[in-house]
Amino acid sequence: MPISTVSESADQSDRLAQAVRAASADRRPLRIVGGDTKAFYGRAVPGDPLDVTGHRGIVAYEPSELVITARAGTPIVDIERLLADHGQMLAFEPPVLGVASTLGGVVASGLAGPRRPFAGGVRDSVLGVTVLNGKAEALRLGGTVFKNVAGFDGFRLMAGALGTLGVLLDVSIRVAPMAAAEVSRSFDVDWTRAREIITGLMRRPLPLSGAAHDGARLHLRVSGAEGAVAAAAAEIGGDASPETFWRDLKDRRLAPLTAPRLWRLSIPRTAIVDDLPGRWLRDWAGGEIWLESDAAAATIRALATAVGGHATLYRGADPDEAVFTPLSGGLLALHRRLKAAFDPAGVFNPGRMYEGL
Amino acid sequence: MLDQFDNSLDPAFPPVDAVTVFARLSAVLPADGLITRIEGMRVYESDGLAAYRGLPLGVALPRDADQVRAVLRVCFDLGVPVVARGAGTGLSGGALPSPGCILLNLSRMSRIIGIDPEARTARVQPGVRNLAISEAAAPHGLFYAPDPSSQLACSIGGNVAENAGGVHCLKYGLTVHNLQAMDIVMIDGETLTLGSDALDCPGYDLMALMTGSEGLLAVVTEITVRLLPAPTHTQVLLAAFADIRQAGEAVAAIIGAGIIPAGLEMMDKLALRAAEEHTHAGYPIDAAAILLCELDGTDGDVGAELRRVAKVCEDAGATQVRLARDEDERRKFWAGRKGAFPAMGRIAPDYYCIDGTIPRRRLPDVLEEIQRLSLEHGLAVANVFHAGDGNLHPLILYDANIDGQIDKAETLGGAILELCVAMGGAITGEHGVGREKINQMCAQFTSAEIETFFAMKAAFDPAGLLNPGKAIPTLARCAEFGAMHVQGGRTAFAHLDRF
Repeated sequence: MPISTVSESADQSDRLAQAVRAASADRRPLRIVGGDTKAFYGRAVPGDPLDVTGHRGIVAYEPSELVITARAGTPIVDIERLLADHGQMLAFEPPVLGVASTLGGVVASGLAGPRRPFAGGVRDSVLGVTVLNGKAEALRLGGTVFKNVAGFDGFRLMAGALGTLGVLLDVSIRVAPMAAAEVSRSFDVDWTRAREIITGLMRRPLPLSGAAHDGARLHLRVSGAEGAVAAAAAEIGGDASPETFWRDLKDRRLAPLTAPRLWRLSIPRTAIVDDLPGRWLRDWAGGEIWLESDAAAATIRALATAVGGHATLYRGADPDEAVFTPLSGGLLALHRRLKAAFDPAGVFNPGRMYEGL
Repeated sequence: MLDQFDNSLDPAFPPVDAVTVFARLSAVLPADGLITRIEGMRVYESDGLAAYRGLPLGVALPRDADQVRAVLRVCFDLGVPVVARGAGTGLSGGALPSPGCILLNLSRMSRIIGIDPEARTARVQPGVRNLAISEAAAPHGLFYAPDPSSQLACSIGGNVAENAGGVHCLKYGLTVHNLQAMDIVMIDGETLTLGSDALDCPGYDLMALMTGSEGLLAVVTEITVRLLPAPTHTQVLLAAFADIRQAGEAVAAIIGAGIIPAGLEMMDKLALRAAEEHTHAGYPIDAAAILLCELDGTDGDVGAELRRVAKVCEDAGATQVRLARDEDERRKFWAGRKGAFPAMGRIAPDYYCIDGTIPRRRLPDVLEEIQRLSLEHGLAVANVFHAGDGNLHPLILYDANIDGQIDKAETLGGAILELCVAMGGAITGEHGVGREKINQMCAQFTSAEIETFFAMKAAFDPAGLLNPGKAIPTLARCAEFGAMHVQGGRTAFAHLDRF
């Protein structure tokens, strides 16, 4: 039988539904709060806090199914520990910015760690959610099985929606086996050379699981079966590298990721963006740039959009400052109509992503 | 029984003047781009689910995105429903023409726009065949991973509409996991780009929403797919079992051991015997079930993991475990599996392929229950499936020339799908809902969920013109269907543990 740790007392779906019903009736905005470890991410929400941390517990975990279902208020560290006990993990390597961090917050923020280009993001791992819509109806979207094409994939929309579409009650996530072996190597090369190395390696069937440049050195990680990892490590060469590098990168503890005002640029990994105006670190095989910079927002956004990417003011935005790259008129209008489909009274985290959404 | 074609349960549209529609459309399409004669439209009256047929008002064959835009704008203006179609290989009637619709055939948009081997992406038009992408990528040592069994013929646009899977998706993911960006045209002609060449985008993940939306939200006119480096070594193992339960348990044990095979397929006795007669794959015909387990990667790893899989199968009670001797035998093993559907033609005139998904651990129970349902309904069922991801393809064998057998097959199929839902699974793993499983949607989703799906559709297509009557049932349909299935307050499958 699957592992389950839920208790009736920790089922707060009725309380949450009542709060949503009341808020919708009065058109009173709610600020949905999990562990609040990512309160800095997105625009400020002027609403009553709706605490979901009490709604917690593992609903079902069966290692041979490669899926875990847990209530949204479950601490992510508890989930990762349980998975590790069974030799499994969350493939997207969520950043954990504090022990209070919850599953719901991880899904709503949609942030993923260094494994993202190789193992997919949050949206790739989510199999289903139960979400309260603005009418306080608990909708079960998706399910617990990997292959499921019945109904629209509304559950994937929840990944990265910053809680603007509903209150997540529980989430089913596909998990991955932990690799039998993992090795990190580092190289004393500049970014131009690092980019060439990464591009070359990624054209071959190597078990890469990390590729980052911290401004001084290139770091590579390979994960997989013993033989493949040993062969790949021998082939790519380089120097030994502390495995703590990847954990510190994932949890945003490396400079410049600790900067009070921090940009995150997401770009095509083969695009060339040089002359960055500040201190940087490149992750995701070059597809994600962390940038500490006092340059004008327009300048930084232009660097990303010029190559088909976008820039997010990850932390430290002024209260009236845009955080995410603005959407075109047509896209923003579609976003508003979709939000209204879930949240007609506009009570869920209004403005956290964009003004008027 | 309930007639699946009872259109009064679906959205209705006011009649339109065909002459006006044709005049407006021919003004925006090339001379050979509009078919309105019945003889010319016959070829489009069904997709891969040939039992469901209907004629459209006309067939539009655009050559580029501008023409798609123009056709949609005309249909939007005049209130004409639109059904998009790729190669027409779908198995759920998703491209079945709705009454009075314009069938938008995208097969002429079949150009591979470019391959970027450094970025490992291919930009393609929607009519490009799935396999053509891998063929074009092969000189760069790359391939496109999702491989539905129709990959020789099916189009990438159709793959996006259905979120197509295939034999290798346990390891490499579904279509949604292998897309980078797409251009879509909305029903009013507005064009949007979803996704990008970066790994994420600002705003909601609309590309994920579009994938698998079965032509109900918008029309895809260009797609950027991700390519993967081709593995250097591939090996397949065949394990035979005297008891199908043991085969099911071996599947869970392989995954539980932390091995993610590139493919993990199961066939039961009826299926493997038919396949063996059809393709001479070398299957042990006295087995109750066989597993095919494919592993790929580097030389050493494939060998080491195969030894672990062999051990797991032996521990589960396998009577025989065989490695394909060489590439030739590997191909033979797969040819038997891929030929399993046509092989059914040897033992029954017709078959009806079901596409439910269940949690892997329920496999033994579900197989026994399917056997029971098969006896109860008096039709044989052969089982072929993607065991690794719990995606069943029970093949119901029947003879359409015997009165009442089609209805019996449909009823049995419906019962199997409801069994999948009761076990915590889904009514469709990869074939889509389309027209075929529209009634079973009412078993999987509540009316609040169905209303949400319609609200999401309305955000894209307020007039509901795109592929009406497919994928999402009206509440009127569910009321009708539900009334039939709740008999005396009893739930189906009360004797089985729920998930």
